[in-house]
Amino acid sequence: MTLLEETRLSTAPAPVPPRPGGRSFRTTLRRGWRQLTSMRTALLLLFLLALAAVPGSFLPQRGLNPLQVQDYIKAHPDLAPWLDRLSLFDVFAAPWFAAVYLLLFVSLIGCLGPRIRLHARALRAAPPRVPAVLSRLPVSDSWQTTQPPEEVVDVAEKALRAARWRVVRREGALSAEKGYLRETGNLLFHLSLVGLLIGIALGGIFGFKGTVLVKEGEGFASAILNYDDISPGRRFAPDRLVPFHLRLKDFRATYRDSGEALTFAADIDWAPGPDAETRPYTVRVNHPLSSGGAKAYLIGHGYSVQVRVRDAAGQVALQEAVPCLPQNPQFLSSCVIKVPDPSTGQQFAFEGVFTPTTVQDPVTRRVGSLHPAPDLPVLTVVGFRGDLGIDSGTPGSVYQLDTSRLTPMGAGAAQQLAPGDTWRLPGGGELTLVGVEEWATFQVTQDPGKLIALLAGMGMVAGLCLSLSVRRRRFWLRALPPGQGPDLGSTVVQAGGLSRSDSEAFAREFHALTHVLRPPTAIDPDHGKA
Amino acid sequence: MPDEILGELSDALLVVTVIGYALAMLGFAADSAINRARRAVPAAADAEPAALLATGAVRATPLDPRGLPADPGLAGADTPPPGSVTPFRARAATIAMGLTAGAALIHVASVVLRGFAAGRVPWGNMYEFSSAVALTAVVAFLVLVARGTVDRRLGAFVMVPVVLYLGLAATVLYTPAGPLVPALDSYWIKIHVAAAIVASGAFLLSGVLAVLYLLRSRHDERADPAAAGWSLGAALPSAVALDRASYAVIAFAFPIWTFAVIAGAIWAEAAWGRYWGWDPKETWSFITWVLYAGYLHARSTAGWKGRKAAWVAVAAAIALIIDYYVVNIFVVGLHSYA
Repeated sequence: MTLLEETRLSTAPAPVPPRPGGRSFRTTLRRGWRQLTSMRTALLLLFLLALAAVPGSFLPQRGLNPLQVQDYIKAHPDLAPWLDRLSLFDVFAAPWFAAVYLLLFVSLIGCLGPRIRLHARALRAAPPRVPAVLSRLPVSDSWQTTQPPEEVVDVAEKALRAARWRVVRREGALSAEKGYLRETGNLLFHLSLVGLLIGIALGGIFGFKGTVLVKEGEGFASAILNYDDISPGRRFAPDRLVPFHLRLKDFRATYRDSGEALTFAADIDWAPGPDAETRPYTVRVNHPLSSGGAKAYLIGHGYSVQVRVRDAAGQVALQEAVPCLPQNPQFLSSCVIKVPDPSTGQQFAFEGVFTPTTVQDPVTRRVGSLHPAPDLPVLTVVGFRGDLGIDSGTPGSVYQLDTSRLTPMGAGAAQQLAPGDTWRLPGGGELTLVGVEEWATFQVTQDPGKLIALLAGMGMVAGLCLSLSVRRRRFWLRALPPGQGPDLGSTVVQAGGLSRSDSEAFAREFHALTHVLRPPTAIDPDHGKA
Repeated sequence: MPDEILGELSDALLVVTVIGYALAMLGFAADSAINRARRAVPAAADAEPAALLATGAVRATPLDPRGLPADPGLAGADTPPPGSVTPFRARAATIAMGLTAGAALIHVASVVLRGFAAGRVPWGNMYEFSSAVALTAVVAFLVLVARGTVDRRLGAFVMVPVVLYLGLAATVLYTPAGPLVPALDSYWIKIHVAAAIVASGAFLLSGVLAVLYLLRSRHDERADPAAAGWSLGAALPSAVALDRASYAVIAFAFPIWTFAVIAGAIWAEAAWGRYWGWDPKETWSFITWVLYAGYLHARSTAGWKGRKAAWVAVAAAIALIIDYYVVNIFVVGLHSYA
């Protein structure tokens, strides 16, 4: 079948023949552009994108879990530096990954332009003329009737219009077309992809993410300096932070007997700004605090030990709740208590573990935790005296103890304290475990591109549903007056149609149409065509 | 009824389901095996395909290597001439279909009871998820058979991954019914996970159809197919029909998968503070999506239609399996809710 203009339903731009005698550089550019925007290139780039994402799922990634990356580097000292040079620990921010999806988007946008123009033209254009020989089309039918030709065409036109076909009547013959929504949906989907990229880019450039640990009873105000850890976008300005503040009143967690968590809840009082009235709220997993454009999520929790430390002179050198970091699902937590300012004597510190439901191995004397709930809390610590290394000027973690200039107290024997116990320190002073409290970590995010990304996502789904379900098809009808058709006595009606895809479904639609159009008294001019 | 008894009943029904599917698979296989001489008979009784053939204008239908017009449809095209159908063969296929439908009903009961036993929607961990996906694949197969898109004898092949899935679920992945972890406690589980289940079941079916297409088209390309005696390829429906069926299923499932990924992103934003973090499961969902998009593109690209597109569909189905099983079991991320 030759591709006549009437039967060309493809929405891809027609291939442009090469211009003779053009300047070679421009021709190369144009050919290169055609290559880039071709379907084959898009296909190869899609496969490349899928392939490029694979290492990002199997190797640890810095963006997800920097500690895991460090462990991997230590475990593979020969291989890891090469992986790092190829950005394999940071695949999704790698330049080569960006190259693939940017190239894909250039190809997409380059293809969209001509197709939008073509579709706009097709939407305005009339369905093409009736082909000369309708019986050569994939689906066709023919019947005779005693009705005059104009009446046949009138009835057909009304029926087609009622079925929402675009109908044009030329010289007593009908041309109808339907299914423009397919390409509209296709364009909507691909445009939404561009919108999604814009939304993601905006969020990455102008967005903000910060985490902060808040102890029970403590407050937190959203300002750059108050966060424990921040990752702002490249063009994020600190004054764009929504100035909400909150105070953590109580953190509650419930667990099953097996130790799995059932619920987490953080009761807070919060206000959207410095002068606003505070109101209560409970932050839960899946229920973040929303204030202006910022959202605060509950992402972690743990125990803190409320301690009172007296120095050798009896003065209180430290009285606060020291957060302990959980090490396992049963919340065995590591604690570091630093006392940098005793009124007399050297600095001292304590390092050890806190176990909410304590169990001790009778042979090895090691403590462990059976369950995350604080049913049998015990703090097990070793004391140190000496120089904590804080005054040297080099930054260190508040959760880690540098024991290089410290000597253990009492030959390094570990002391166990239950809430209320006091340990008389060898060399003077005492450590009292006053009580056990909890802390919660919050993550605050501001993402200005979120709404655009969401709308783009919805556009993608809508576009897909349209483009994969609607078919572009054409239908023609011609009525030959008596004397012109094969049978000299009556009007011969010829109909034909074609569809770009799903020929079976269109064949059914075509026969349903002709069944409606032909009156019950019609006679078939051709034998065998039911 | 107490929850434990409901849970045990659900597990027992699943065992019955697996037996039912396995017997159905044997029934379908027996059906294919009994009628060994395959001859492509042009469907004389079907008027519409005849119209397609007579005008000779069907774009994608090739001619059989034997020179006969390739069967335009599945239903009826591979049926041997009337009178040659042995009564046992006809009954074998019908019995197998009945077993499949019956086992599917019991499967539904198993899933529903599991939901009652746990007091929540029955897809909160890998065991329940696998069961639901297998059920969706079987239901999709039954729907396609009812619409005439797929020949019912393909049940022999469709049941293979289904039985494997369920066997794996019931043995390796099994956990007793219990409440959800806090992060999953949201209405989104009904939306995101339900959409993912429907799309996955359909993709699983399309993967089987793509593999069958490759087998059949390799058979078609052989120089003298009839001389090979009975071969798997010869027993399959036509390549065109398989290609069309696999496309129809993917065209149905791809928007649903897109929606599932987007709904997952919306849920992630509410639960974890960011809508996309390249968590391993998110990454593999993305890879699967890109590969199915590649399949749809390939079907419209010159040089990639037919076999190459089918290979893309197979690769995409493998990516889906990795997304569910390899990532959940071997890679620890935010999504590890085994």
